Amino acid sequence: MDWQAFTLTLRLASITTIILLGVAVPLAALLVLGRARWLAAVEALATLPLVLPPTVLGFFLLVLLGPHTAVGRAITALFGHPLAFSFDGLVVGSVLYSLPFAVQPLVAGFAAVPEALVDAGRLLGAGSARIVITLLVPLARRSLITAAVLSFLHTVGEFGVVLMLGGDIPGATRTLSIVLYNQVENFDYGAADRTAAILVGLSLVALAALYSKGQMRGGSRA
Amino acid sequence: MLEFQLDARRGSFHLQVEGRLASAWTVIFGPSGAGKSTLLRLLAGLDQGRAGEAVYGRVELDGNELTNTSRHLWVSPGMRRGGMVAQQPALFPHLTAAANVGYGLQSAQSHPHPSHQQWTRTERTRRVEEMLELVGATELAQRRPGELSGGQAQRVALARALAPGPKLLLLDEPFSALDGAASDALLDRLQAWTNANGVQTLLATHDVSDALATGAEVLLLREGRQVSLGPAVQVLAHERERLLHRLTPL
Repeated sequence: MDWQAFTLTLRLASITTIILLGVAVPLAALLVLGRARWLAAVEALATLPLVLPPTVLGFFLLVLLGPHTAVGRAITALFGHPLAFSFDGLVVGSVLYSLPFAVQPLVAGFAAVPEALVDAGRLLGAGSARIVITLLVPLARRSLITAAVLSFLHTVGEFGVVLMLGGDIPGATRTLSIVLYNQVENFDYGAADRTAAILVGLSLVALAALYSKGQMRGGSRA
Repeated sequence: MLEFQLDARRGSFHLQVEGRLASAWTVIFGPSGAGKSTLLRLLAGLDQGRAGEAVYGRVELDGNELTNTSRHLWVSPGMRRGGMVAQQPALFPHLTAAANVGYGLQSAQSHPHPSHQQWTRTERTRRVEEMLELVGATELAQRRPGELSGGQAQRVALARALAPGPKLLLLDEPFSALDGAASDALLDRLQAWTNANGVQTLLATHDVSDALATGAEVLLLREGRQVSLGPAVQVLAHERERLLHRLTPL
């Protein structure tokens, strides 16, 4: 068992989930509360990673964050090192790759909050931020938990983006998925079995906990 | 003084109204589908840019322009100093009745305290108690909306709308879940409070007895068109005769 890869994977998934929730809550609120036509384009962009092959996304990011683009050079100047083939780069890639898994449940949850409640909040002088914090988030708490669990698990299982953007650097970019890939490539099926079992177990436990909580509260799983 | 001139289309429905309301209470009277709720929502500043809806016109309260579509002016609902209570109370289900009533007191910029200061915690608590007492819901303070009957929820919703001290109160059949006696008593108390606090009130109803009971000016709406505007006894003379005829034994 590669404990270094295990802890790195959990660290990557935890950081990604925290950042994603910080990004996805206001983004989902904007998509639900906003009425501008260009929001359809934003929603399409936020959903794109869901249908885009992970290797394509990883390749684009590798090029974008590399030294041949202005963005890549600016980031290198800012952080002191390029983001490609680093843990920080993996975090950026994971956030983009898992974005739809955080945004979509939140959009569904926020949209399910009756419009009359949002109107009541507006009439009582609440601005958009207060409506999100005091009404949408508490009333769509289940969706928030779903978004967090899906983002975490999706990051844990991510492979294509990690391989393209991060490569295979022990302690920096080698996650459990990469370890599993290496084990299979080396015909070490026993070790691969154990790594795969850990990945499956982690996902099953988290999803079972999520759904059992949903059933206890009446089965609403939005 | 509330002045408005509005032309709104939503699908096949077309609302065209124009009024200059000077009296403290005005009843918007009309059958279901006449456009009462649409008018109140437009006055409240809701529905700006709603999909499938086109709105033109202007709204002015006490000389302050709230809506003027030709100037692209649309003051946000919370900045209009308006309170609204709809038939569905729309209480925040995760908050107690007291927290619901106090919600608008924390938006100090849009609903300033009479002294132009933010409401302190003690003032908020006192105001919430005062409003719950006004609507006869003191004992409901710590209950959540799910534990309230329809009538109780409407009382709390009314207290919530009054708490920040609105200058314009928009009531959309707000007592539909209350029985006649309770509704009359609450209406009396509410009228006394709004008159004492200088709150201009618009009450939308299709109940002719409610319209006559308030003794207010009446704006009669039918299929989105303004039929007449004037004293209740004149505007609702036909409705009054019809009601009396039904009450008179054969």
